Amino acid sequence: MINFWVSVLALSILLYVLLDGFDLGIGILYGLARTDRTRRALMSAVAPVWDGNETWLIVSGVVLWGAFPIVYATLFSAFYLPLLFMLAGLVLRGVAFEFRNKARHLPWVWDTAFAGGSLVAAFMQGTMVGALVHGLPILNGNYAGGEFSWLSPFSLLCGAGLCFGYALLGACWLVRKSEGDIQNNCFRLIPTLSLASLAVLAVVLLLALSENLRVLGRWVERPYLFSFPLLGIVAGVALVLSVRRRFERTPFYLVAATFSAAFGTFAVSFWPYIIPFGITIDEAAAPHSSLAFMFWGEGLFVLPLMLAYTAISYRVFRGKVGANSVYH
Amino acid sequence: MHVTALLLSRLQFAFTISFHIIFPSFTIGVAAWLTFLEILYQATGRPTYRVVFEFWLKIFAVAFGIGVVTGIVMAFQFGMNWSVLARLAGPIQGPLISYETFSAFFLEASFFGILLFARSRVPPWFYLISTAMVALGTTLSAYWIMVNNSWMQVPTGYVVANGVFTPTSWMRILFNPVVWVRFPHMLLASYLAGTFSVAATGAWYVLRREFNAEARVMLHMGLYLAAMLLPIQLFFGHMVGGYVHDRQPVKFAAIEGRWHDEQPASEILIALPDSTSETNRYEIKVPVLGSLIGSLSFHSKEVGLTDFPRADRPPMAVPFFAFRIMVGCGIAMLLIAWLGTYLSRKGRLEQNRVLMWLTFLSFPLPFIAILTGWFTAEVGRQPWTIYGVLRTGDAVTPILTTSTALISLLVYCVVYIVIGTFGALFIYRMLLAGPGSVLTLPPVASFPRQPMSLADDFAHGK
Repeated sequence: MINFWVSVLALSILLYVLLDGFDLGIGILYGLARTDRTRRALMSAVAPVWDGNETWLIVSGVVLWGAFPIVYATLFSAFYLPLLFMLAGLVLRGVAFEFRNKARHLPWVWDTAFAGGSLVAAFMQGTMVGALVHGLPILNGNYAGGEFSWLSPFSLLCGAGLCFGYALLGACWLVRKSEGDIQNNCFRLIPTLSLASLAVLAVVLLLALSENLRVLGRWVERPYLFSFPLLGIVAGVALVLSVRRRFERTPFYLVAATFSAAFGTFAVSFWPYIIPFGITIDEAAAPHSSLAFMFWGEGLFVLPLMLAYTAISYRVFRGKVGANSVYH
Repeated sequence: MHVTALLLSRLQFAFTISFHIIFPSFTIGVAAWLTFLEILYQATGRPTYRVVFEFWLKIFAVAFGIGVVTGIVMAFQFGMNWSVLARLAGPIQGPLISYETFSAFFLEASFFGILLFARSRVPPWFYLISTAMVALGTTLSAYWIMVNNSWMQVPTGYVVANGVFTPTSWMRILFNPVVWVRFPHMLLASYLAGTFSVAATGAWYVLRREFNAEARVMLHMGLYLAAMLLPIQLFFGHMVGGYVHDRQPVKFAAIEGRWHDEQPASEILIALPDSTSETNRYEIKVPVLGSLIGSLSFHSKEVGLTDFPRADRPPMAVPFFAFRIMVGCGIAMLLIAWLGTYLSRKGRLEQNRVLMWLTFLSFPLPFIAILTGWFTAEVGRQPWTIYGVLRTGDAVTPILTTSTALISLLVYCVVYIVIGTFGALFIYRMLLAGPGSVLTLPPVASFPRQPMSLADDFAHGK
């Protein structure tokens, strides 16, 4: 049961990062768009799927609450401010989808809400991941930090890194979904964004080395962990090649593979901890009766249907989105 | 009152959940009414039913969207502001809320899209089933929320082992008798929210002399349904009072405005409770009626608030007044619905402009009743968050500071006011445009997950 729910949690978080990652990334790129036509095309590329993508955030949240209530309570209260700003960002960018085209006045308000909301949400997510890697003060299973324990140069750097990473995912998605000059611009952006992500990653690694983070010890203990970054590197090289050859579909999969590799590195480095070096998965799990109750209904029946539905909706909305096909 | 993180968290929770509950209660009601309309349409083939159906479906979509967005905040808030509650009761509340999320998603995913975009692509019987499934989905959502809240009112089916709440009997949690009076009470309240919104819109069009046929359907059906539902709602309201009387006597005493034991007890109609002197001022009461309502007897003893230590009492004023406002709204709705039904049978409903105005202006009543009903239930449960088990003051996130709580309260206020203003504006535009233009809508093959975007097409009569 515990293994089942930890897998569901991992799957829904990974799905969230990949799916909402590209649409937040497009929101970030939206801030760079100069013409109204480009902006509309960018919005259209994610309009049909964005709220489905965000569903996985809520699923992750409630699965965490039901199956690992200690983690839900500890992390959500420890990350109070980043979560608050993430939620505000997500809500504002969400309503911007609806209101941008209806606004008779002041369209720039919604443009700002869309780009700004996406950027803030991405940055806060990266910051929280960074804070987890950096380590939260946990004493005997209880949170021993304060309201700002998440705040460190390391975590902020991770926040910036995730913005670049999401923008990269977004650019790859656009390469797939768009044509003409928008596609060209995105092809041109991919190397820049990849380099920026890589640079941040390098600084993060150096910082980690200088602070001698405990996670690095894990890498020495578990050399097989290097297979994940290796996979990432292979995907990175393939990305460079496929952008050169201007393949439309592969870049997204390759960046998604890189993200998955990073996620795998993250998960395996900390195993069996669910809050790094503070609380283990077994310690955090809800009693068996809770897990079983969730398993026999939502786990066994609803979850597969949700996965199938996600796949179907992406099939329905496959293909290019023209700049002129206003989504609404 | 001293401003603390606890007080601000409570204000924030009250604000966000009050804002949120308006939208689900509306969509639960409208989904049920849509199912009813679709049955009528398929049985009679009358095009007016179809036009009215399409019209309310679009408004349903906007309200549904706002309900989803504000619901996300709720799912996070328990962990952020109430981490002790989330941690201790997580093994019980977490699975319940996760079922709510999963059933809501399932509804949205599979059947709502069909409702919005596939009328011409599926057989009529399947379309009807889809409508019923959406209604079922909203109902299921409400069920899980009511199970969760009822468990907080009357906790059952669990043991506390090593400080962890472990569910021992999900049957007792799911089929808690309290659930089965409170869930119908909430469901009926939502149906009334739907019927009164519909009837008020009909009355508005009658007053404006627009959309004659559609206005008639809305007005008459809305009032008929409300006239039938209201007595049932009063019955379930009484049943809810019964559980409060038996299981939460301190809340019952606060609602009744009864400071001291009485035998036989009188029923206070209205008064101004004074907590310092522990008496009421300007009291108007009916002798013996209190015993009759509380215990169905002419001489039962009814307990007063002072039987309980001060630390275990809710603030009397909120449940006392909120309950009376709720009942007042209920009685006003009953009068309007019954009078309207009577006139409708006589065939002179539309001619009565006073009643048209009253009906039009009555649309906030069910929502006020829902909010005040919840204020009664939730404030009346204080100082407990899980009744008799965990105090609200102990449930709040320990590390939360006053300034941070203030920031979040302000952020939520600003964001919700923006959403609320624009949401209301779009619904108003749709109502103003009226049901006429609906069937000329182009078949929207494009984006089924964009409920709100329809408002625009609609408002511009595309």
